[in-house]
Amino acid sequence: MSKQREFWNPYAAGVALGLVLLASFVLTGQGLGASGAVTRVQASLWHALDPTWATENANIGKFFLSDTGALNTWIVFLVVGVALGGLLGALSAKRVKFETIHGPRIGRDMRWVFALIGGIISGIAAQVARGCTSGQALTGGAQLALGSWIFMFAVFGGAYGLAYFVRKQWI
Amino acid sequence: MQAPLASTLQWTHGMQMEMAVLVGIGFGFVLERAGFGRADNLASIFYGRDFRVMRVMFTAIVTAMIGVYFLDLIGFMPIGDIGLLPTYWLPQLIGGLMLGAGFIIGGYCPGTSLVAVASGKIDAIFFVGGIFIGSSAFTLAYPSLEKFHESTSMGRVLMHEWMGIPSGVMVLLVALFAVGSLTAVTKIEAMVRKSLESKQLPEVSS
Repeated sequence: MSKQREFWNPYAAGVALGLVLLASFVLTGQGLGASGAVTRVQASLWHALDPTWATENANIGKFFLSDTGALNTWIVFLVVGVALGGLLGALSAKRVKFETIHGPRIGRDMRWVFALIGGIISGIAAQVARGCTSGQALTGGAQLALGSWIFMFAVFGGAYGLAYFVRKQWI
Repeated sequence: MQAPLASTLQWTHGMQMEMAVLVGIGFGFVLERAGFGRADNLASIFYGRDFRVMRVMFTAIVTAMIGVYFLDLIGFMPIGDIGLLPTYWLPQLIGGLMLGAGFIIGGYCPGTSLVAVASGKIDAIFFVGGIFIGSSAFTLAYPSLEKFHESTSMGRVLMHEWMGIPSGVMVLLVALFAVGSLTAVTKIEAMVRKSLESKQLPEVSS
């Protein structure tokens, strides 16, 4: 296998990411996002299980009011694109590799446990905050939305505050 | 012509969904090229070793912010025409702290974990599975969380509106804040690198 393509210069990548976000605003008036798609998918699973309960749930009920349904919406198609774009990027850079990323002081299995726990916390967090790093920090950050900047500082605060305690996972 | 183009040009729902996939492909591709498909690249910012994440993120926000406020200024896309995010400051503060915790424990945030799955990272598959569990649990518990989730609502308020300053001044302040932070972290990076080098070679003769 030939050598993988290098990552972009971070500032160039930042400008490119900013232009994607701007294009998103100009084309449809919506920003970027990710966790919203997960919310929609799990909502449709609850709906398949118990339509009455799901429709009456104040968190997800609104998704079932439109004729198009919970999944036929901007954020879900966007995230399908994100996966495709990520795959395209990784393939063209010769970076697709089945592996587990972990630091030198932790094993593969423990890394999986931490990844699952971190994912669960993030899944709750993105619902609490009404968005994640993409939908809140990036999108709302560029809009100068007050709450999105509170969110962004809180993300850095939470991660830096805990970094020391989980350092063995990474360094 | 005025933006958003979807409403001015009266795009059908199908066309908007196609556009969403295209924007998503661009988003995913850039995240991959930025190096966000690897947990170690993402986590190293929190140990002062590599601030790539902050560089990409702040540059992206400043680029898009300048674009959005320029298009507002020339009247092509008035800021009120895009979906501005509402502020619920307490849930956003708590959710942000939790997402930061999830980030350093799990190694990803939701968007980057999808790109990591697409490039074969098995740890990211566990992370994405976790997001589903967490999101579902929130929905299940929503009746008891609703009051908190709807609390401290301030509407669609922008930072300069809240501070009572012109939008142009706020744009300038945010740009300066980004440049200042990135200059500072570049210095921190150099300091951390130096201290790591001196730890690895403690007996270097001077």
